[in-house]
Amino acid sequence: MKYSAFSIFTNALSGHKNWQPAWRNPDPKPAYDIIIVGGGGHGLATAYYLAKEFELKNIAVLEKGWLGSGNIGRNTTIIRSNYMLPGNNPFYELSMKLWEGLEQDFNFNAMVSQRGVLNLYHTDPQRDAFARRGNAMRIDGVDAELLDRDAVREMYPHFDYDNARFPIRGGLLQRRGGTVRHDAVAWGYARGSDMRGVDIIQNCEVKSIRTEQGRVVGVETSRGFIVCKKLGLAAAGHSSEVAAMAGIKLPIESHVLQAFVSEGLKPFIDGVVTFGAGHFYVSQSDKGGLVFGGDLDGYNSYARRGNLPMVEHVVEAGVAMIPALSRIRLLRSWGGVMDMSMDGSPIIDKTSVQGIYLNAGWCYGGFKATPASGFCFAHLIAKDEPQHTATAYRLDRFRRGYMLDEKGQGATPNLH
Amino acid sequence: MLIPCPHCGIRPVEEFTFLGDAKPQRPQSNDPATMDQWFDYVYLRDNPRGLFDEYVHHSGGCRSWMVVTRNTETHEIKACVPARDYKKKQS
Amino acid sequence: MSGFRLPNGGLIDRNQPISFTFDGKKYYGFKGDTLASALIANGIHLMGRSFKYHRPRGVITAGAAEPNALVELRSGGRKEANTRATMVELYEGLEANSQNRWPSLNLDVGATNSLGAAFFVAGFYYKTFMWPKSFWEKVYEPIIRKVAGLGTASKEADPDNYEKAYAHCDLLVIGSGPAGLMAALAGARGGARVIMADEQFALGGSLLFEREEIDGKGGLDWAQRVIAELAVMPNVTLMPRTTVFGWYDGNVFGAVERVNDHVAVPPVHEPRQRYWRIFAKKAVLAAGAEERPLVFGGNDVPGVMTASAMRHYANRFGVAAGENPVVFTNNAYAKRTVGKVLDVSDRKIVNVSGGKRVTGVELDDHSHVACDAVAMSGGWSPIVNLMCHRGAKPQWSEKITAFVPPNVGEAFVSVGAANGSMLLSEALREGAVAGTLKGKAPNIPSCHDETFVITPFWHVKESMGKAFVDYQNDSTAKDLPLAAREGYEDVELAKRYTTTGMATDQGKLGNVNAIALLAEATGKSMAEVGTTTFRPFYTPVSFGAFAGHSRGHHFQPVRKTPLHEWAEEQGAVFVETGLWMRSSWFPREGEDWLAAATREVLATRNSVGLCDVTTLGKIDIQGEDAGAFLDKLYCNTFSTLAVGKARYGLMLREDGIVMDDGTTSRLAENHFLMTTTTANAAKIMSHIEFCHQALWPDIDVTYASVTEQWAQLAIAGPKARATLNKIIDGAALDDMNTPYLAAREITILDGIEARLFRISFSGEHAYELAVPADNGNTVARALMHAGAEFGITPYGLEALSIMRIEKGHVAGAELNGTTTAGDLGLGKMMSTKKDYIGRMMATREGLHDANRQCVVGIRPVDVKDKLHSGSHLLKRGDAPSMTNDQGYITSVAWSPMLNMWLGLALLSNGRARYGQVVKVFDGLRNIHMFAEICDPMHFDTKNERLHV
Repeated sequence: MKYSAFSIFTNALSGHKNWQPAWRNPDPKPAYDIIIVGGGGHGLATAYYLAKEFELKNIAVLEKGWLGSGNIGRNTTIIRSNYMLPGNNPFYELSMKLWEGLEQDFNFNAMVSQRGVLNLYHTDPQRDAFARRGNAMRIDGVDAELLDRDAVREMYPHFDYDNARFPIRGGLLQRRGGTVRHDAVAWGYARGSDMRGVDIIQNCEVKSIRTEQGRVVGVETSRGFIVCKKLGLAAAGHSSEVAAMAGIKLPIESHVLQAFVSEGLKPFIDGVVTFGAGHFYVSQSDKGGLVFGGDLDGYNSYARRGNLPMVEHVVEAGVAMIPALSRIRLLRSWGGVMDMSMDGSPIIDKTSVQGIYLNAGWCYGGFKATPASGFCFAHLIAKDEPQHTATAYRLDRFRRGYMLDEKGQGATPNLH
Repeated sequence: MLIPCPHCGIRPVEEFTFLGDAKPQRPQSNDPATMDQWFDYVYLRDNPRGLFDEYVHHSGGCRSWMVVTRNTETHEIKACVPARDYKKKQS
Repeated sequence: MSGFRLPNGGLIDRNQPISFTFDGKKYYGFKGDTLASALIANGIHLMGRSFKYHRPRGVITAGAAEPNALVELRSGGRKEANTRATMVELYEGLEANSQNRWPSLNLDVGATNSLGAAFFVAGFYYKTFMWPKSFWEKVYEPIIRKVAGLGTASKEADPDNYEKAYAHCDLLVIGSGPAGLMAALAGARGGARVIMADEQFALGGSLLFEREEIDGKGGLDWAQRVIAELAVMPNVTLMPRTTVFGWYDGNVFGAVERVNDHVAVPPVHEPRQRYWRIFAKKAVLAAGAEERPLVFGGNDVPGVMTASAMRHYANRFGVAAGENPVVFTNNAYAKRTVGKVLDVSDRKIVNVSGGKRVTGVELDDHSHVACDAVAMSGGWSPIVNLMCHRGAKPQWSEKITAFVPPNVGEAFVSVGAANGSMLLSEALREGAVAGTLKGKAPNIPSCHDETFVITPFWHVKESMGKAFVDYQNDSTAKDLPLAAREGYEDVELAKRYTTTGMATDQGKLGNVNAIALLAEATGKSMAEVGTTTFRPFYTPVSFGAFAGHSRGHHFQPVRKTPLHEWAEEQGAVFVETGLWMRSSWFPREGEDWLAAATREVLATRNSVGLCDVTTLGKIDIQGEDAGAFLDKLYCNTFSTLAVGKARYGLMLREDGIVMDDGTTSRLAENHFLMTTTTANAAKIMSHIEFCHQALWPDIDVTYASVTEQWAQLAIAGPKARATLNKIIDGAALDDMNTPYLAAREITILDGIEARLFRISFSGEHAYELAVPADNGNTVARALMHAGAEFGITPYGLEALSIMRIEKGHVAGAELNGTTTAGDLGLGKMMSTKKDYIGRMMATREGLHDANRQCVVGIRPVDVKDKLHSGSHLLKRGDAPSMTNDQGYITSVAWSPMLNMWLGLALLSNGRARYGQVVKVFDGLRNIHMFAEICDPMHFDTKNERLHV
């Protein structure tokens, strides 16, 4: 059933009793051609593109909890394509282009809102680093602007310009960056996949992976054993656990990232802004709450929650940037499990086991990548070849010395 | 989170910096044939959900490096020993 | 209309009237009132408008769970949006305004949304607003954003102060009702350090408004005696106005104390709020239970509130919510409320009449009952939140038809109504037991128990008119089944799809009702549906409280070098480098930074200059194995360094990438002094500690950071030696006693100990002089005096940068965390004879790829052109694209020596391309120019000036 204002109108007349479920709730079949482990943003997007772009059938997505219960439901909704390394930005720009057409593509209003992402800088070296990044974007035709202090002040007059410990000197702006309603992305991809025959199986946890002579045979789940020809792993946060089931050890550590929302307010901040003198980034949702966050707590964790010192760090940075935040109230805090990789960049690659494909290592930047990750992972699974924007995301790049390290922090996951 | 520093007593988490898995051991040889061991040491991680031995630095206190045994799912801390003692026990 | 204030009774002080304004009109209340009670007393029942439908709303509660009566309190920089009127202590001159309405609360244009309610069901926006494609961002979204949110935040800075504090206790009691008071008493009498916190401004919990009998006296009377006993005990801290908002690892609790929210302006030197971190050995949750609304048509008309709220207003504030209320309930407790009782097993309300105030109710037998208020009660939900903050889920109890707290161990237990124990005697007993840490529990006072009987009943199916589940977000009884029908069956999906429980009250009143409706729609039990995740903060916490004093200039500490005073005297302009304030240039009259830096470079290269280099990290390393230890840390060798010499060292990370560089000197056989870059000083110190303690714990080495203990000056230029000779004690410096790269311990100015290093970042004949920090300013002034005849000139970071770029020395911009020693042109420094950090991983093929970007010099082809750091480089004739990208410019300087802009760049296979002309790409700054690649050493290519 197609969603539209007209369909709402006709359903209103019948008391909204005739809406069809957005997706079925099927029992798992004994075998599929392709199984995707992980019913989050990336897993569902992969299934969607496998079905839509590559017209494959007999696909299942296995999700251990409820649909979208992982990081797709917990992130701070930011989209941007402002990475600087040649192995990275073309991929994120592919994602941005997919975002731009997404709602019409999967007939679900994901509220893609390109209101701009502004990264503030406070010192000359920071400005130079942003210039390097901005020019890396521009050289490939991606929008970027370097703003001076006055231009930033015009956009955001209520930031601290006069009393700051680290005065704002300017910013790097990507106007096409912005936010997307995260739950809607999961639901849109789920509905779109289901509509094309993909079985989305919730409450189905993969317990072990069965292989024979170096090739995948199937998965043992909480709802029985399921045979598959190809297995795509997209269980960010738990990538190490799942990969270990196939005897694969990964360059990944799981870390907690906290995120927060304030009480709902009338418009207070228009776009997405990141502070350059402390870890803090903020945007305002369409419901009025300020959605914000900062750095990792720093310790390995699967608990999906953090502690007070990081809450303080984040808020201190926020108030340093916008003194008026002081009187606004934090409403809720939560956390997710991040797949922190050893160079801060993701992995989309085959593995040493035939038929097993890996999508992992997204650190805390996975949301913006959702469409391209799904598309490229689907491409890899369907064609056994990487999509051309994702060729640098090989698992063996660490062994061979081709790291994609945007922050320059090296083999210490919690610094990325 | 409170960490029981063997020198300073129970101290709050903000006094500490975390480095990661303490189990991997730095290989002894520089023979190129040992590259896989070095790669494992620098890059590959078990990343367990459950008990985990991690390097922790009391950077805001006694400046000791320690190994904390902590459950990564519940954050419950089981032990905290000086890194040199942990490493001695390993070898 | 004064009729709403009862003629006597209540805990208000009728001798202290207070004036306040609401929506611009002036009213009066009494000390002890909340804003909500004072408004009701003045006959004001319409206090707000709901989020989606802009329905007229009044209070539903008398406390923290209030979803409706949200006001903008105060004005200017102190304005707080979304403030619950039920939690505002009335003070003289209080100014409050209603929110989310235009043009006024009474006549709100937004209410027309209600007309479209049939379309605005849960999730409607996911199904529409997609066409035409451009309209979402250009039309729909801007409108949605304008009407979204509730209150308007101030954009001015907050003038108030906030404090942060720590507290330690043996027993933290959360809540000061009967259970909490007994727990605190038990702990305190046993000698424990006790903290009792309550969000209310008066202690006593439910005893403030329920008519109980304890120990033969009134409940409040008993409570006040206990409070009085606790108040004088030295081991007890009573904290009213303090909300414990979160439970964290290690039994750490976060709390906010509203120190001065009940006065117009905090007294001078007092904070508005204080954020506490409380470390409790044991904690007791005595937070009570929250009464649930019933879900029926019109259950949101102003005048409909919970039964306990009605009793609260009457008994505590002396305010009647109505003259002839109706009590609609599924349990016995509510029948304490004065009014006409309607038990759900008997009769049900299907609708409430009256738009802005209740005028009557329509029942399921089609009869109409006139009334002006409705006291509803759907049961009681223990306030379990805190105990579920660390991931445990509450348990469903059939007995009391509610979710009760999980067992989370001995360190945090629940008592009384919070524990699902609805009898007063249970509350008293459980509190006493839980609070007894040592010795015997105190005697449990006698009391009168009222049996709690409840008929599980959630919503009136026959409702006409909207029946609300989440009041603030306007989710109704129809939304939950709709969500289930569409596949959003899981309680978490239903929550997100309908936004139930996502408003500022986080579902305190509505969540359990929503679960019941979902259970009915899906055929599951309450336990099977379960609750959504409980998260901090129990009630919202201001940003200011978490920021404390770290605001404005105090956001981070300021680090000043020991030479700061001297630099200030010289007119330095300081720039932030991390936390440091570094002198960057010393402008004379009319000079901008470039003119000053240019003059400083010329003065230094032509004669002598003086620069503060204290911020570079200094680490003192001693021990028999110090040399061997340095061999592990650096890629080049230091154990062979002669005593009295300095050597440039390069440190790699274990992954083979360059981490830092510096000059390390050997002062004695077992005594080295390492320097690092400013930015990495702390990181290298931690690295050294790690390497020793974790990797090589058996070696004999000890180390200390001495960055701040020594003031360090660079004296550079042809006249540097002559200048120094005027302050050195003993023999004058010459090439014999102080050759290039010498490192000596000396004294100056008649006995001040010092260390002298003949090293050079500028390329000039130069020295660095280190003196104990306290002598810094004195020595700097003495050098200025000594060098006066040579025209000695202070120079800053800018001039230093220019000189090192002229000489092609790499610095932070080139050590960017991804470059190798080979990239930097320093590959030869990597020893093949010893083990060191990074040696093995540095051999990986990718780190030797021929296409890697390496450091080169760069100059504009047209000397009039300016170079910019961050510009990218292309081959001439190549179109701009990431595939064609050859590298980028890392450092630039205006060179006074060559009279042109020049710099350093990272260029693919750069060392093979000297002489090549490349295209400079800079889309950000719209630059079109060409540049020539050359050796990084632009000036004095044979390093002759070092030996002048």
